[in-house]
Amino acid sequence: MNFKKLRGEIYYQAALLGGVALVTTAALAFANKLTAGDIAAAQARDMQQSLIQVLPGKYDNDLLKDTVVLNGPNGEVTVYRARNAGRVEAVVFKVTGNGYAGPIDCMMGIDRNGHITGVRVIKHKETPGLGDKIEPAKSQWIYAFDGKSLGDPPAEKWAVKKDGGVFDQFAGATITPRGVVKAVKGGMDFFEKQRSKLLDEGDKS
Amino acid sequence: MSNLYARITRDSLWGNNIVFAQTLGLCPTMAVTSTATNGLGMGLATTAVLVASNMLISSIRHVVSEEVRIPVYIVIIATLVTLVDVSINAWAHDLYKVLGLYIALIVANCAVLGRAEAFAAKNPVLPSGMDGLMMGLGFTFALTTIGAVREILGTGTLFADAHLLLGSAFSFMEMKLIPDYKGFLLMVLPPGGFLAVGFLIAVKRIIDRRSASIAETVPVAAPAVS
Repeated sequence: MNFKKLRGEIYYQAALLGGVALVTTAALAFANKLTAGDIAAAQARDMQQSLIQVLPGKYDNDLLKDTVVLNGPNGEVTVYRARNAGRVEAVVFKVTGNGYAGPIDCMMGIDRNGHITGVRVIKHKETPGLGDKIEPAKSQWIYAFDGKSLGDPPAEKWAVKKDGGVFDQFAGATITPRGVVKAVKGGMDFFEKQRSKLLDEGDKS
Repeated sequence: MSNLYARITRDSLWGNNIVFAQTLGLCPTMAVTSTATNGLGMGLATTAVLVASNMLISSIRHVVSEEVRIPVYIVIIATLVTLVDVSINAWAHDLYKVLGLYIALIVANCAVLGRAEAFAAKNPVLPSGMDGLMMGLGFTFALTTIGAVREILGTGTLFADAHLLLGSAFSFMEMKLIPDYKGFLLMVLPPGGFLAVGFLIAVKRIIDRRSASIAETVPVAAPAVS
């Protein structure tokens, strides 16, 4: 074949572009089919891990399957429920705070009595070296929430120390911990309001 | 023939280095080089894409029309990057958590298209693959160096979290060079990237000038062509 002459023809160029698009799309579709299962499994594993971190207690159900979707402080929230012998022992859900450089996503766990079992930041864009002390790898700060409830400390003390509360702020970064504290408080209020639904105790109201 | 490969290697790693000489691919360079480990990972991922794209584009160079070559190259490069992205996500998920954000940035690396256009479109498959490999390694070298400078000055560590990238066997690489270091935030933030790249390019120029002046003073056996 004389490609040299053919390459100058407009119909050849159109066919070439179409052919390349067809082949690459087919390759991508095939790769997508090949990897979709593994990617979904890996993401489920990630999710499971972030749930377990804030759930130290005992449970015997599949967290990822036992969910309920409710209207929370920032729109719809998927709540994962940990049961032991059928009774909901704790719930885990995501709350989002306003940080210095964008939203801060946290996963928080609350046991059936309203005590926090753990809080972990799962995604943030805070300043490295200042605001990133909300990560457990960088500082112990996030563990301050463990065991707290809406009565302990009292509602007006659910703030950073600078605002008259009980939670530390970091030198040079107040906005970040303030955002996290506010998000966790919002999560607690949400739990209190939706308690019976979250704990699957039927309609008692 | 081996002469050609030697020239490709020398050019790619130093003389015509993607970052330090061509100053291409600066977008991913600035974005990932806050640590040496990130730079290394991004460099290796880019190398894989460069080798594949160079060889593929070289193998179809007689079929592709001059007029539509750019869209063809871009579609091929974007496809390869997506393939690398989904494979790492599926089969090396821990690595993906470290590099995931950056892999898509390889598409924005004009150096990949640059090598396709400048080398692969005019040369046979094997030299093109070699060019991709060496250019990629040169890029990796540049990113790792910039990352190391920023990491040492910024946080006092070197190759932090290398085990996430290379496996736990490589955790010996993780060093804390300056104990009790308070950190120098500027170098970790984006301005530090510009500063590090600027100073390293200056260092490369100084080295080049030194070696050129040495070459002048040393009497050369064969008379130089004027």
